[in-house]
Amino acid sequence: MSEPILKVRNIETYYGPIMAIRGVSLDVEEGKIVTVLGANGAGKTTILKTICGVMDPQKGSIVFDGAEIQKKDPDKIMRRGLSHVPEGREVFPFLSVRDNLMMGAYTRNDRDGIAHDLELVHTYFPILKQRSEQPAGQLSGGEQQMLSISRALMARPKVMLLDEPSLGLSPILVKEIFAIIKRLNVEQGMTMLLVEQNANIALHTADFGYVLEVGRIVMEDTTENLLNKDDIREFYLGMQDHGVRGKRRWKKRKTWR
Amino acid sequence: MRFLFKTDYEQDIQLAKHSGYIWSYGALLLAVLIVPFFLEEYYVGQMTQLYIMAIAGVGLMLLAGYTGLISLGHAAFFGIGAYTEAVLTGNGLALPFMDEPIVFSFFLSFPLAGIFAAIAGIAIGIPALRLVGIYLAIATFAFAIIIEEILSRWESVTNGYSGLLVESIYFGDFELTDGTPFYYLCLGVLIAVILFSLNLLRSPTGRAMMAVRDSEISAQSMGVNLAKTKTIAFALSAGITGLAGALFAHKLGFLSPESFTVLQSLELLVLVVVGGLGSMHGAVFGALFVLALPQGLAILKDYLPTQIAEVPGIEPLLFGLILVLIIIFEPLGIYGRWLKVKLYFQMFPLYKKATFKRQKSYMKSERLR
Repeated sequence: MSEPILKVRNIETYYGPIMAIRGVSLDVEEGKIVTVLGANGAGKTTILKTICGVMDPQKGSIVFDGAEIQKKDPDKIMRRGLSHVPEGREVFPFLSVRDNLMMGAYTRNDRDGIAHDLELVHTYFPILKQRSEQPAGQLSGGEQQMLSISRALMARPKVMLLDEPSLGLSPILVKEIFAIIKRLNVEQGMTMLLVEQNANIALHTADFGYVLEVGRIVMEDTTENLLNKDDIREFYLGMQDHGVRGKRRWKKRKTWR
Repeated sequence: MRFLFKTDYEQDIQLAKHSGYIWSYGALLLAVLIVPFFLEEYYVGQMTQLYIMAIAGVGLMLLAGYTGLISLGHAAFFGIGAYTEAVLTGNGLALPFMDEPIVFSFFLSFPLAGIFAAIAGIAIGIPALRLVGIYLAIATFAFAIIIEEILSRWESVTNGYSGLLVESIYFGDFELTDGTPFYYLCLGVLIAVILFSLNLLRSPTGRAMMAVRDSEISAQSMGVNLAKTKTIAFALSAGITGLAGALFAHKLGFLSPESFTVLQSLELLVLVVVGGLGSMHGAVFGALFVLALPQGLAILKDYLPTQIAEVPGIEPLLFGLILVLIIIFEPLGIYGRWLKVKLYFQMFPLYKKATFKRQKSYMKSERLR
């Protein structure tokens, strides 16, 4: 097994006195999609913020591409090749779609490469080409999400951190976006760390999964194995076993508790 | 550490959460009540000035700290209050159908000063309702300049730049507007204004104001009438500032438009921001900062080595430095520091510094917009 491109080891992150991440370790291997599942308040977003440098971990290390990046500034980390697609899209509403995409390529100097990537992005998200002159604030939620992902792609990162790409989107758009995410992974070999609430689609898209509960990782496995685990099926996918008596057992506990 | 055992829903909205409040604020009240007997006259005057600024601070705090509307024009309301008081108790109100102008007693002119300022507040509030943030600041700024012009040009009433003498208020031989009696008057008004504001803030109107500050969209969808709430906030804020202006007129004894410039507005804004936006404590702390700190620095200057003390402009430099440090390190102003000190003593041996540890950037819950 090759060395993972992103190694997170025992990070602990606090909001003031509140410990949001309680010693999380995870690996992201090159060319894979890794997903972190968890309910609200489990600390998914905090993990991504800590990795990309918006927040500082109190303890622990983050090794990206052979160098420690914990407590570095977000722009420095981004220049090393780690793009963050923030939760809730955060496009620049007054810039045109094209300018938004060019902002994604802010750190690059190779005009040819940028033009090529712009084309590439347009083949994946043709709608962005149609709207390229519109201010990004006028796009619909789904289009803004596409723009947000494309903007991160324009930096040609080594690893992309995706924070809830399904947030506020209709099921059909969610499917569409995850299909493109998968295609980007297969065709471009893009490595991704995907944080999701929608366990079903995330597990079907990703290669490897972590389950996060109140700041701890309680389960990690390949997504095929996770999909077959009883706990995941029941608590994250909502499939219930109806048991012998035809109703759910009231004493049912998760295995990790 | 005190744990409150609540047995009644009323306890949630009580102003004094537990007996500690009554003891500590009672002690504070006692201290400010007896302090004029121990201080020189000069310092009593300074304390009076402090209370007047604190009243104006409470007024602006309602608007900037609790409704989220920035005003760069509060000196205008301050000025309107001051001039209303001076004119009504001095030359009196001249009406065309009357032979002699009516001269009001203080107890009538004082509320009228507040009401006039409140009306001016509504007048600026209604057109400015759609404005927020920097746009509102500019609109109120323009308003302040207009009022300043009016005060200097409307010579038949305000006497322009030659200035207007403010009559002292007498009851028989007893002078209300000077020295210790005036101190108690200002203290009384300050306490009344603070209690009024605290009461307002625990009422539905006050909560609506805070809702407007935090999210206009959510406030609207809860049924808050934005226009009404903002107008009320503007009127109350301007009215309270006008009351402070009326007291200020008596404090100065002589009014000229130069006392109500944009600089005064900025000073008020600094007062609420440094004191701590969104806290009643902040208004008083801010007044302390704006008034007592320059005084303190002047006193400190006597104890500094001569080489440093002789440097020209050392006081504004120190003042500015402290101001910048507070703005950088205390998102909630002096009130934020007060909270930390308070918690330190509450938790005493167990205080953890990490309680207030911050991340790189401010979280949504840490600083008002």
